[in-house]
Amino acid sequence: MTAYPLPKTDRADEERPRIAFTLNGQAVSLEADPGRRTSELLREDLGLTGTKVGCDAGDCGACTVLLDGQQVCACLTPAARLDGAELVTVEGLAGEPRFAKLQAAFQAGGAVQCGICTPGMLMAAAELLDRNPAPDQVAVEEALGGVLCRCTGYKKIVTSVLAAAASQPVEVEPDGAVGQRFTRPDAVAKTEGSALYGADGAPADALWLRVLRSPHPHAEFRLGNLDTVILRHPGLVSILTAQDIQGTNGFGIYPDVKDQPVLAEGYVRYRGEAVLALVGTAEVVAAVTWQDIPVTWSILPVCDSPAAALAPDAPVFHVKHSENILIEGLVERGDAAVAETADLAVEGAWSTSFVEHAYIEPEAGWARPLPDGGVEVAVTTQTPYMDRDEVALVLGIAPERVRIRPTVCGGGFGGKLDHSVAPVVAVAAKKLGRAVRCTYSRGESMAATTKRHPAEMTARLTAKGDGTLLSFDFSGDFDTGAYASWGPTVAGRVPVHASGPYRVPRVRAKSRAIYTNNPPSGAFRGFGVPQAALVHEGLMDALAQRLRIDPLELRLKNALRVGDSTPTGQVLEHSVGLVDCLQALKPRWAALRAEADDFNRTAAHERMGLGVACMWYGCGNTALSNPSSMRVALSRDGRVTLYNGAQEIGQGSSIVMQQILAETLGIEAQRIDVTTSDTDLTLDAGKTSASRQTFVSGRATQLAGEALKAQLRRIANAGEDAEVRFHDSAIEVTEPGNRRRIDLAALPAIPGQDGEVAEGVGSFDPPTTSLDAQGQGTAYATYAFGAQIAQLTVDLELGTVTVQRIVAAHDVGRAINPDLVEGQIHGGIAQGLGMALMEEYLPGRTENLHDYLIPTVGDMPEIETLLIESPEPLGPFGAKGVGEPALVPTAPAIVGAIDDATGARLTRLPALPHRVLAALKAKQ
Amino acid sequence: MRRTHRPATLDDALDMLAAGDATPLAGGTDVYPAVAQAQAWAEPARLGGGDLVDLCGLAELRGIAERDSVYELGAGVTWSELIAAALPPCFDGLKLAAREIGGRQIQNQGTLAGNLCNASPAADGVPALLALDARVRLQSRGGTRELPLTDFIAGVRETALRPDEIMTTILVPKLPEAARANFLKLGARRYLVISIAMVSAVVVPSTDGGVEDLRVAVGACSAVAQRLRALEARAVGKPVASLASLTTADDFSELTPITDARADADYRREAALVLTRRVLAALSESGLSEVAA
Repeated sequence: MTAYPLPKTDRADEERPRIAFTLNGQAVSLEADPGRRTSELLREDLGLTGTKVGCDAGDCGACTVLLDGQQVCACLTPAARLDGAELVTVEGLAGEPRFAKLQAAFQAGGAVQCGICTPGMLMAAAELLDRNPAPDQVAVEEALGGVLCRCTGYKKIVTSVLAAAASQPVEVEPDGAVGQRFTRPDAVAKTEGSALYGADGAPADALWLRVLRSPHPHAEFRLGNLDTVILRHPGLVSILTAQDIQGTNGFGIYPDVKDQPVLAEGYVRYRGEAVLALVGTAEVVAAVTWQDIPVTWSILPVCDSPAAALAPDAPVFHVKHSENILIEGLVERGDAAVAETADLAVEGAWSTSFVEHAYIEPEAGWARPLPDGGVEVAVTTQTPYMDRDEVALVLGIAPERVRIRPTVCGGGFGGKLDHSVAPVVAVAAKKLGRAVRCTYSRGESMAATTKRHPAEMTARLTAKGDGTLLSFDFSGDFDTGAYASWGPTVAGRVPVHASGPYRVPRVRAKSRAIYTNNPPSGAFRGFGVPQAALVHEGLMDALAQRLRIDPLELRLKNALRVGDSTPTGQVLEHSVGLVDCLQALKPRWAALRAEADDFNRTAAHERMGLGVACMWYGCGNTALSNPSSMRVALSRDGRVTLYNGAQEIGQGSSIVMQQILAETLGIEAQRIDVTTSDTDLTLDAGKTSASRQTFVSGRATQLAGEALKAQLRRIANAGEDAEVRFHDSAIEVTEPGNRRRIDLAALPAIPGQDGEVAEGVGSFDPPTTSLDAQGQGTAYATYAFGAQIAQLTVDLELGTVTVQRIVAAHDVGRAINPDLVEGQIHGGIAQGLGMALMEEYLPGRTENLHDYLIPTVGDMPEIETLLIESPEPLGPFGAKGVGEPALVPTAPAIVGAIDDATGARLTRLPALPHRVLAALKAKQ
Repeated sequence: MRRTHRPATLDDALDMLAAGDATPLAGGTDVYPAVAQAQAWAEPARLGGGDLVDLCGLAELRGIAERDSVYELGAGVTWSELIAAALPPCFDGLKLAAREIGGRQIQNQGTLAGNLCNASPAADGVPALLALDARVRLQSRGGTRELPLTDFIAGVRETALRPDEIMTTILVPKLPEAARANFLKLGARRYLVISIAMVSAVVVPSTDGGVEDLRVAVGACSAVAQRLRALEARAVGKPVASLASLTTADDFSELTPITDARADADYRREAALVLTRRVLAALSESGLSEVAA
């Protein structure tokens, strides 16, 4: 549940006793319900929103505070226990030098990405340093074991705690040029607890909204008279139903598929679907249960898998899709079905589970009506412009009358590319004429929002006896759940990537997205490519075994190179760094092989194994336009402002853009102010998805900087090759025989832009073509490549897998900020490890963060990163994306290493201990 | 709206419970998640009825005391207090279990009695306390009674605790100095994980290196954690060094593991055997070294 404050009225004094305690060194006294969660008391009663709420169940540790010096979950601590106690929250760290050094170390050490776990991590670390001023890595991991992080892979958090303990001096690079480890400016607010996320900044008088959701996966329903419910519940202002939607009661990613209702219209297609919305005081919307609502459910038969939904007698969920097939994808080149010259073939079938994004910040936001009949929405999101258009559609008003002001985003990974709270709070605010806020509970977040598509995949790979690949034939069914969401994107992206980053002359890759009564599957870091990578890498391993060729050498032999064609017929002209990645891994592969052999000579019930896996990933939308625009302005005071519409979700795109602009203009990054995405202030930089922001928006930023310089040259009457230098109050433009100094104070201001005297706008749309019926064309403007080695041990008696090490080599074109690139790789590996070994969302069963497991700090292997820079000419200073690529090879490398260690081939993920043990037995 | 009372004394708390329709609240690590789960689905919380009675302020439930023949662990002792307490080596299994409960936050908040009264089949504290032959003291306005832990936990989320009772003390009978204990937990991740299976054992070696007494308990493989009585009986008189080789599949026949999201039933049964063997193997070594010393 969320932080619902209690009303200040109608409570007898004895029920709200006075609680007096010391908070961050200050005496505090207030009346409070003794059972109120301390997290709510801090956030709602005292306005200290630095303490984050991720689960309200003690599962995530985001709300960790120090109570009498001990780390506790504020969400599990009754307010009464504060009486007479000493409480320290993240807001109190800066005042204590021994804690402030932790904040500084986190800022400088790359420990902060989205920042939602940062307060909890800091508090847990603070307790540790008080107990043990010189901890080792094991002690740090034990201390942080109760705080989940979904972004960083924990590595830089642990090293930052160790650095703080050792009082290592904080070193940052000076000017933020491209290639430097420049400290992200947002890390300061995130470590101080002042960054405002979706649940943090709503107006004090905002009403609370809570969605009531279907407990049934497939049902029709009838609502009775809801007015009586309102009468019976003082404080309840309104109950919204589908009838309150003035515009289109549907949203979805594609312009022609708005198939998910904001509030269901008498029919639900999955457990967790939104049925109605309660609006009122925090207490009352939290207290109403389904037992209070007059509703009649008619339960319908449930299809919980693609197989069930494809059965001839299956119910039809969407009238336009009579066979429950949302969409099919195909890439076909040559005749893959016939491989007459093949010396051998390997084949197999794989299946994967729903994977939950499990960002530690649940969906949250608020809306308020604007005087002109429009609505302003503050929401945690990856896609402000699409949100604007979708909210406008739901409200039935023009997009220009909707303003989206994204809050700080506490993790996205694709999950916040879909709508959650925005449409419904906008409807409520517009209807009621008041600000309305909503924060999903963890249970809601998990049950109602999108997942990674479960996949059922089969494939056959043929090759010559020397290992040269000949053909690849792939077929995959993806469970897209009850609504389309990003299903078409997955169905389109998978066939392009299905055969892996290899030269394969004949390819046929088919995909289908199937509607079921499961939660909607949407975008999740990789759009189906991580699932498909299990198949191509599994077959490469199988082929290597059959041919007795080293798995890394087989990959090297077949790796795509510059000049090769992809299965869509696209010739790769630049930036194909896979061979470099594999070459970089080779020494480690040999050394780790020797280590494994040594280990296996003496180990009793464990075996060590190695796996290697490759990936490729097209940056940007598949064969679709996806432009970004950026605006840069120069002010009279010499400062530069970047109006940056590329949504920061923790990955660091803000600092990437800032560094790109600094390099373009030849100035220190500190001289650049960044106005972050706001649909009224920034230009459309598209979605933070598809690993496109560094590549696409970064290029737009570079072009905007160039445009600014071009304007200054025009002002100076200089030629287009003139050098532009920025000084504090002047610009110097130099070319042979001409040197002009322009005093900025003398320039006229741009109309409507206070104090801005020059500007530049840059737009970039990566060049692609549409794909024909056979999937032929230029699918992406550039591709990221990478390869990872997994080193692990398998317990032969228990089936448990311990990943010791991942060596990751990624071709990123150019590392704009190596710290951020490493952060993406670490975090991608953590998610890949989770997908491989533990993550399995089961509707109705793993709807919380104690039954659904994501890796903790103790599950992380050692990680070695090898950054390969094969420049992409279209990208800013050669850069391309890394956000999704980092995750793709991890799970296949782990699966390969399990096979290498034991001979057991896992074809169903996650490889939970009982599945590994069953596979070990099946082999015997 | 459920109210929360914070009695100042145990007697006050017992009065509140005697008045009817109230649920004790200890560390909060089970009660608050239950509230969150219910709210996510707009269901009434599946807790006991009525108001919450917060027991955490009660001095009577704190602390660990050594008596003539038993250790008395206050019901409100937290797992981190237990970890930090100076206790003889026979408590090592319980301390190892304590370190595996949640993360450090939960260890700082969760109480011994809460773990027992919540009666989850996967309660991490139960096998080690079973292996210590623990008893529990329950108090109501009507008086005090003591039950063996085996009789206290009756089933999944079922205990012998009456609505008017509070668990005040966990009693652990003293063992010879040489007694040793161990614990192993199996889960699908390192921290913050619900057990797939777990085993705790206590061995009392005789001076000649034989087994004087052995207790082995398996958790998360049946509705209530179970002692392996046949194995325990068979072990008496055998060399401590041979402990690990004594287990047979039959020793686990009375377990009734379930298949759930974490593991299947057959796996649990097998894992219980492997864990038991490993727990005993480690005990043989530590037991022997003690004797040798």
